[in-house]
Amino acid sequence: MDILYPRPIRALSSTPRLEMRGIEKHFGATRALAGVDLSVEPGEIMALVGENGAGKSTLMKVLYGAHTPDAGSLYLDGAPYIPLNPLHARQSGVAMIYQELSLAPHLSTMENILLGIEPAKRGLIDWASMRTKAVEAMTAVGLKAIAPETPVSELSIAQQQLVEIARAVALDSRVLVLDEPTSSLTSVDIEKLFALVRSLSKRGISVIYISHFLEEVQLLSQRFTVLRDGTSVGSGITAETSKESIIAMMVGRDVKDLYPRNKHTSGKTVLDIKKVSVVKKPRFANLQLREGEVFGIAGLVGAGRTELLEAIFGLEPIIDGEITVGTFQGNATPAQRWDQRMGMVSEDRKNQGLALGLSIADNITLPKLQGLGPGRLVMPDKQEAACDIWIQEIPIKCESASQRTSDLSGGNQQKVAIARLLHANVNILLLDEPTRGIDVGSKAQIYRLIDSLALGDSTIARKPKAILLVSSYLPELLGTCDRIAVMCRGELGEPRPVEEWDEHSLMTAAVG
Amino acid sequence: MGRTLAHDRSRRLSDLLISMTTTLLKSIRSKTWLNIAARFLALIIVFLFFAIFVEDGKFYSLRNLENIVRQSSVYATAALGMTFVIIIAGIDLSVGSIIALAVVVVAWTLNLQVDGADGELVYLVHQYPALTPLLACLLAIGASTAVGMLNGALIVRLRIVPFIVTLGSMGIIRGLAKGIAGERDIYPPEETWIGGLMDPTLTNQAKSWMLLPPGVWVLILCIGVAAFILKYTRFGRHVYAVGSNEETARLCGVPVGRTKLIVYGLTGFFCALAGFMQFSYIGGVGQPTTGVMYELFVIAAVIIGGASFSGGEGSIMGTIIGALIITILYMGGQQMGWPKWVQEMVIGGIIILAVAVDRLRHRKLA
Repeated sequence: MDILYPRPIRALSSTPRLEMRGIEKHFGATRALAGVDLSVEPGEIMALVGENGAGKSTLMKVLYGAHTPDAGSLYLDGAPYIPLNPLHARQSGVAMIYQELSLAPHLSTMENILLGIEPAKRGLIDWASMRTKAVEAMTAVGLKAIAPETPVSELSIAQQQLVEIARAVALDSRVLVLDEPTSSLTSVDIEKLFALVRSLSKRGISVIYISHFLEEVQLLSQRFTVLRDGTSVGSGITAETSKESIIAMMVGRDVKDLYPRNKHTSGKTVLDIKKVSVVKKPRFANLQLREGEVFGIAGLVGAGRTELLEAIFGLEPIIDGEITVGTFQGNATPAQRWDQRMGMVSEDRKNQGLALGLSIADNITLPKLQGLGPGRLVMPDKQEAACDIWIQEIPIKCESASQRTSDLSGGNQQKVAIARLLHANVNILLLDEPTRGIDVGSKAQIYRLIDSLALGDSTIARKPKAILLVSSYLPELLGTCDRIAVMCRGELGEPRPVEEWDEHSLMTAAVG
Repeated sequence: MGRTLAHDRSRRLSDLLISMTTTLLKSIRSKTWLNIAARFLALIIVFLFFAIFVEDGKFYSLRNLENIVRQSSVYATAALGMTFVIIIAGIDLSVGSIIALAVVVVAWTLNLQVDGADGELVYLVHQYPALTPLLACLLAIGASTAVGMLNGALIVRLRIVPFIVTLGSMGIIRGLAKGIAGERDIYPPEETWIGGLMDPTLTNQAKSWMLLPPGVWVLILCIGVAAFILKYTRFGRHVYAVGSNEETARLCGVPVGRTKLIVYGLTGFFCALAGFMQFSYIGGVGQPTTGVMYELFVIAAVIIGGASFSGGEGSIMGTIIGALIITILYMGGQQMGWPKWVQEMVIGGIIILAVAVDRLRHRKLA
């Protein structure tokens, strides 16, 4: 098993494009990186994988000059490389593309591409040469069809991402880091992105590809390096390594049963949606959700799945159709939905899901502050006591319920968002991409939780709950759901039992 | 039955007290408390500076200490409301104008005339010496709360940013105050207890039994109530949630619009109280031009007190310390004989320094 050796495998003949040796970084008492070794050959696509908190972002910030390492050294094409700051890193040929795009929406595409390196004569912008340079870079990334004057805000997310890559191309970057680039792309755009990354690598650009999706890693990368707890625990040739053994390296244990599978018995219908239409999408959606069942909605990003959940929950106006929750018929506000024992987890944890500046206890108890003190009062100690139950049961890794939510890892933050529904004691859970961007260990815990909620527990008189799960991650849908329907361009298809679906048929239905 | 009810009630009360004590004890060990302690330290340093450098120990004379408390009360009272506003990530530039409105409404009411018994015009305050001041207060509170809520309604309904709405209403309300006063100072015909709200007590034998001016007692009561509302009520939790992340609050069924409306109304209310103090402080005159620029002092007090403009953060105790720091700088500078331009520059510098230190500490913790 030579893939478990921490030293990267390397062809003897060439100098690596980038080499990082024994990188260490401490934040106060926390050891974020404890000796990371990593190397990338010229023109190689190397995947960097690891759970959240394993140190991937810290390592990339060291590479990008945003953090100074406490120990270790970096080499770029054999020469020592000490990035002083991100600008210096860019000028040295290291380009970074973050999950959240960093474009100036009001500026034109070409201005964005050449931001900071605008061609100028005596302090005045040389617009002609700017245009030529921008078009050159845009052609390289397949944005030929767009006029360079187009404001970036008019481009789609996928196109904006290409603008970012064009920015790297315009700088003659030698190393390109892509951090979770596919999380907000449709599968068609993902294909295009992969083709582009391959063509860039053929031009000799080395790519470091960070992703939670191991399927993507296997499809795209030639080699991989695994980080765990701030150290590089393994690397190897992707084609020679199975997904399971990569996961085993990431979590440091075997995850045979990522998806626990108990037999759910579904009862009466608790949520009935008849011909519901929302302003843009979806149109005439029908859906019956039963007690004790996990109902999955598959589909591409932008198909209208989030809008459907938001319409059900009263966050989006409904223009037509009828929603029945239990015995209650008609539209409602979110506050009324909580009263009807329905709760929702948003796909956008940072902007909608959680108030990250507030404590865990405040986040969990927000929809139901009743009963945490006399009258309309809320006693902080009662609030925390109510949360401690869920912190232990789920479990959420934290110091105490009074800790700021922003201190937690992504996975634990997501568990806080789900604990909110448990605190409000809802019967119907609307979960929108509940495992997006979180580590494998937390994912497994959330799958177990979903399973146990649908199952119910007679020993503590917990009734089986009804769960509506929207996900773009097909193995997750197939692993947790009892029935799945596919939404394609605002049309919700007929639900079928999970046994009748596979990844291929789901994808075919989603693409339409 | 009666006995068990009473017993229940007393048990619930003791439960409540135990709850509050444990929370307080816990918060003493927490970061929040550290924040307040650091600010308190800054307050003491600023005070000591002037205590040492103002000659003959004049700065810590009883009279001067009392003056500091009296002057800071106006800012502090208005700053209570502003703390709520800034926690919900809003801003209210109209507080100075609302204070002036309250001052003018009080004086205007005290100046009301009615037909007397012999057909002559007499002052209402002469006819009803006890009730008229009360009516004046109620009218001022009503008017101030109403304009505050109007601010809130415009922000919520028209979805205009608070800065713009209150920038506009700052002018409108100031104009209204000047209009009511007929663009001149109103002198009430009679001195009332409103005019005596901020009269010195410690340096006045006849009133020394009060220890502090009645207006300051009002402020102390308000501090307790406001801090309690923020920490222990559902509304208080909603305020923090709306400020920290409005979308999350909406998702969790928090009445976002209503919360904002109440918060701006509350600011109006506290500005009315600040207006009564100001009325007394400036000698019982209805001056429509009073309180100009107060919004800046008030906002500065809240920000020095640790609230964040991006919302979700801030505390009443911090704000009170902030108001005291601002006042001490202002008065200390005067007594040091600093020219006005030096004073202004120092206060401006301190505001930036306070926020900069905060940011640096935040970055270290992160």
